[in-house]
Amino acid sequence: MKFKIFLTVLLASALGAAASAKTITLLNVSYDPTRELYVDFNAAFAKYWKAKTGDDVTVKQSHAGSGAQARAINDGLQADVATLALAADVDALYNVGKLVPQDWQKRLPNNSAPYTSTIVFLVRKGNPKGIKDWDDIVKPGVTIVTPNPKTSGGARWNYLAAWGYALKKYGSEDKAKEFVGKLFKNVPVLDSGARGSTTTFVQREIGDVALSWENEAFLVLKEYGADKFEVVVPSLSILAEPTVTVVDKFVKKKGTEAVAKAYLDYLYSDEGQEIAARNFYRPRNETVAAKYVKVFPKLTLLTIDADFGGWTKAQKTHFTDGGVFDQIYLK
Amino acid sequence: MAGPATSLAAKPARSGAGTPRVIRNPLWVRVVFMTLALGFLACFLVLPLAAVFAEALRKGIGAYFHSFADPDVHSAIRLTLLTAAIAVPANLVFGVAAAWCIAKYDFRGKSLLVTLIDLPFAVSPVISGLIYMLIFGLQGWLGPYLGAGDHPWFGEWFNQQDIKIVFAVPGIVLATIFVTFPFVARELIPLMQTQGNDEEYAALTLGATGWQTFWRVTVPNIKWGLFYGVILCNARAMGEFGAVSVVSGKIRGETTTMPLHIEILYNENNSVAAFAVASLLALLALVTLVLKSFIEWRHAQSRPAV
Repeated sequence: MKFKIFLTVLLASALGAAASAKTITLLNVSYDPTRELYVDFNAAFAKYWKAKTGDDVTVKQSHAGSGAQARAINDGLQADVATLALAADVDALYNVGKLVPQDWQKRLPNNSAPYTSTIVFLVRKGNPKGIKDWDDIVKPGVTIVTPNPKTSGGARWNYLAAWGYALKKYGSEDKAKEFVGKLFKNVPVLDSGARGSTTTFVQREIGDVALSWENEAFLVLKEYGADKFEVVVPSLSILAEPTVTVVDKFVKKKGTEAVAKAYLDYLYSDEGQEIAARNFYRPRNETVAAKYVKVFPKLTLLTIDADFGGWTKAQKTHFTDGGVFDQIYLK
Repeated sequence: MAGPATSLAAKPARSGAGTPRVIRNPLWVRVVFMTLALGFLACFLVLPLAAVFAEALRKGIGAYFHSFADPDVHSAIRLTLLTAAIAVPANLVFGVAAAWCIAKYDFRGKSLLVTLIDLPFAVSPVISGLIYMLIFGLQGWLGPYLGAGDHPWFGEWFNQQDIKIVFAVPGIVLATIFVTFPFVARELIPLMQTQGNDEEYAALTLGATGWQTFWRVTVPNIKWGLFYGVILCNARAMGEFGAVSVVSGKIRGETTTMPLHIEILYNENNSVAAFAVASLLALLALVTLVLKSFIEWRHAQSRPAV
């Protein structure tokens, strides 16, 4: 039996290797809601790279909850680039697998976050529960859909936005903890990723409000029609910075370092920023941002570095085993 | 619903006129049970199956076939077929060997082997996937020696070989073999046990070699059970989700099998395509059922002749 498995493995890897040897293939391991963004961006990049170097480049995509994807890369999913939902998940690539250098975040502009987003509320048409701000969603009888902060990046932004709001409004950590505790009492189901959560809210029709990436909420309006859902912008939210990096260890092995780097640089180009904005991610480039200023509502945004002391600290306080989230949720 | 139920129920009553009155159930009991069983089947099996096809055809037959034009769907179908094409023969050989050992010989640890064969039935598919992750993952036992590993002694050499197990086709095949492990063996063991060794002994006494005995005596005897096991094994191999999901890495067009691709399409708000692929899998299941009934029928027919 063992020998047979071995043969099978050999055969299958030979097949696998033969199939992927012709053009340059990159693997972009990303988080859940970026599927549509990277379908557009990959096509644009392939065109750009062909014009620049004459090489064909195919970018394969893999999507799941951000934390789960970081775990998969550490387990050996050979990503050339990781475009995850937050810095802490990319940190894990250094902490666990030593796949990227410790200072990965300094290698690209804007904290290695080429586009940003924020957290908004997605409600059903007519806003039947009258949800305007964070206080309205923790009321008894309101059901909230959000993914699991342990596996999903978006969920961690959701959590921190709520925490930041409560801390500002009620003034103490204890009050914030109580507030977020009440919020998670209203959550009937924790999906593992943002897209699963959206499906739960939109297709399975569970919940009064979904805490959602802004880009995901706009996408729902676009896909399902503004006659079925509404976006509610709370008084305060968080500047969500999805971060990107080349996975050094794998690109060195595959010899794709240059293409992978160019791929990420292209995210910062005018074209890349345009594509991000068209897919409802807030662009960093000011010219492009000015063009799309009407799309993105203005609101007060907390930042992870100024208000939470950076991702390393936030991750440790709130989301590690036995952290604040566990204390709240397991209670 | 009441019409056919009643007529079906009435039949045994007429033909069973010889059975004593006390053990015959009154008509209404039979009708109630029949309606319950059929109603249950309709609600939980036929309706969802119909819903899959209805959803797949919601935007018309054109959109349905258009779903299959996507190269990622092709790749998913190819990968599913490849996986089954490796897993089924592997388990066929293993199943015959294991059933042979168990049915024809007595040895120490036999019951342990029987229990082990059943293990994949008892273990959740997620765990089946995770064990391969633990072994072949980069942070696992063997992972550091493989693919991207950088083990101080072997790392360099293995690095150049580019052996990928998890997040690649071999991992998917391994996980599938694991979960479909028992099907053939489970089907053959009782069959071979009832048949005993007599015919083989007879062949051997008449001068047949072991190999001849196997092909001319054993195989014809277990033929239908073997087909049956292979078909069930194949159905499971193509439909497996949980174990494969863990080791797949979900690289579109590369490591997504049909069941995984269905989930991806569904999550991308592309329900027509999702259900179109699902309908293909469902069709496969129906073909399996038809084949299975056919084999049962043939088996029943061939019995008296043997």
